[in-house]
Amino acid sequence: MPLDDATHRYTLPGATGDWEIVVGLEVHAQVQSNAKLFSGASTEFGASPNTHVSLVDAAMPGMLPVINRHCVEQAVKTGLGLNARINRFSRFDRKNYFYPDLPQGYQISQFQFPIVGEGEIVCERDDGSRFTVGIERLHLEQDAGKSIHDLDPDATYVDLNRSGVALMEIVSRPHVRSPIEAAAYVRTLRTILRYLDTCGGDMEKGQMRADVNVSVCRPGQYEKFRETGDFSHLGTRCEIKNVNSLRFIMQAIEYEARRQIDIIEEGGKIEQQTRLFDANTGVTRAMRSKEEAHDYRYFPDPDLLPLELEESFVETIRVNLPELPEAKRKRFVEVLGLSEYDASVLVADKDRADYFEAVIAKGADGKLSANWVNNELFGRLNKEGLGITDSPASPEQIAGLVGLITSNVISGKIAKEVFEIVWTEGGDPEQIVESRGMKQVTDTGAIEKVVDELIAANPDQAEKVKVKPQTLGWFVGQVMKATGGKANPQAVNEILKKKLGV
Amino acid sequence: MSVSEDDVRRIARLARIAEPKDRVAKLTGELNGILAWVEMLNEVDVDGVEPMTTPVSTPLPLRDDTVTDGEIREKVLKNAPKAEEGFFVVPKSVE
Repeated sequence: MPLDDATHRYTLPGATGDWEIVVGLEVHAQVQSNAKLFSGASTEFGASPNTHVSLVDAAMPGMLPVINRHCVEQAVKTGLGLNARINRFSRFDRKNYFYPDLPQGYQISQFQFPIVGEGEIVCERDDGSRFTVGIERLHLEQDAGKSIHDLDPDATYVDLNRSGVALMEIVSRPHVRSPIEAAAYVRTLRTILRYLDTCGGDMEKGQMRADVNVSVCRPGQYEKFRETGDFSHLGTRCEIKNVNSLRFIMQAIEYEARRQIDIIEEGGKIEQQTRLFDANTGVTRAMRSKEEAHDYRYFPDPDLLPLELEESFVETIRVNLPELPEAKRKRFVEVLGLSEYDASVLVADKDRADYFEAVIAKGADGKLSANWVNNELFGRLNKEGLGITDSPASPEQIAGLVGLITSNVISGKIAKEVFEIVWTEGGDPEQIVESRGMKQVTDTGAIEKVVDELIAANPDQAEKVKVKPQTLGWFVGQVMKATGGKANPQAVNEILKKKLGV
Repeated sequence: MSVSEDDVRRIARLARIAEPKDRVAKLTGELNGILAWVEMLNEVDVDGVEPMTTPVSTPLPLRDDTVTDGEIREKVLKNAPKAEEGFFVVPKSVE
């Protein structure tokens, strides 16, 4: 394993010594909105080709872009969620290049004056440890259309439904040091966007894609870069375009780092270039068409005025920000007394957190609810391949169940049976327990009667317990069996000890 | 500031304009003439003057986030040299 668990330092051994990697990511996140960034066409996914296209999106001559207010609000909201500076003056520029799915011949983007400046987010690795990644900027831009190459051997089919949909390009600082950290960063970013409701975050639907910048350096060089901010301490980077899953991001980084190390160790030089990741082979290769296209000839879009935001516009969004994952996690630990682990598991997915909050809103105990939601409920959902929003058991039902355990009406064991009934048949847990006689027996008289009968029927076992007290478990099991598991375990233990004199 | 004949060829290529082979020298001269003329602006002292982005002093108009357009596929595809099954069809362009 190249990853040292104690320091999280990721090193790759080479023929001439150890290497480290430095990664920065540009994440393109589709803005959650009804209409496109500069036109009134729908953003809905999965429509017939070229139906969600206006004459603006098709770049017909004489069409003018008019910006969508909500997309601006979403960008500001995201910026605030990334603890970033909001630039009340920003501007749209044209990024010029030719491609069949870009009918304008340029993308409207923000080059010199982005809407959001520097920020930072705290990310979590799989083992629960945290690291901070700086955000360099966030800007608004248009998405391109979609080219389909496999419908015809000699032609490309173009669908402009996606053309003009708003994207936020979120650019990180090169603060990511391993494939695992890259995945953790993108996952954290996605969680934040989902909490903010500014991006759906579904990578399979292309709602989030990443360009990954990778370079390699000798141990110690990165620290020098962080101290001085001087990029010359780092190696030359290559950009891997459009990687669309966490697994591919990790694979692409691993492959690319190894490729660069091999070149350097054989006496070669890394050329700064744009590369593509082939998911089928796990290999990255240089993109031919991009060799020259790097000359984008940006200039201010004359069709659009600068975007100037009133302070009140930003403040209204700021005061209405939802609680973010990091704050929620802290509250779960500090106020509700959950373990760090339970809190992290719940918070990692907004739907899970919402479900849990709905359970405790009914007055159920926090720790026990977390236990039930994380273990029983999630376990069952995973087993059946269901998402939390498809759960047959509602938060009210789980709250009812947890309430019955806390008030000693049923034991944890019986609760699992009740859960099974709730899951398969539905119904109110309290009524289920009542109507099926599943209430815990806390009546000591009733338990004593069972115990007396058992001792009388099993004198040998009773003698054995006096010599070997740990065999008491046998009696506990028998009492539970005789009472259908409904006897309060604590009461059973006490009565048995008293009667058997241990 | 001036451009060379190579610059002119490159600009043509980036703009997807056929290389004006027999006119490169002439165009280079013309472009340099325009650049030299614009360069006169450098004579104006702009120290401490904020760059002007636009002569228009109205704010950028904002639109509501409602679907008001689209669903006009026939119109969108009308001028396409080739269209099939609702798609634009173009020469193969894949990496």
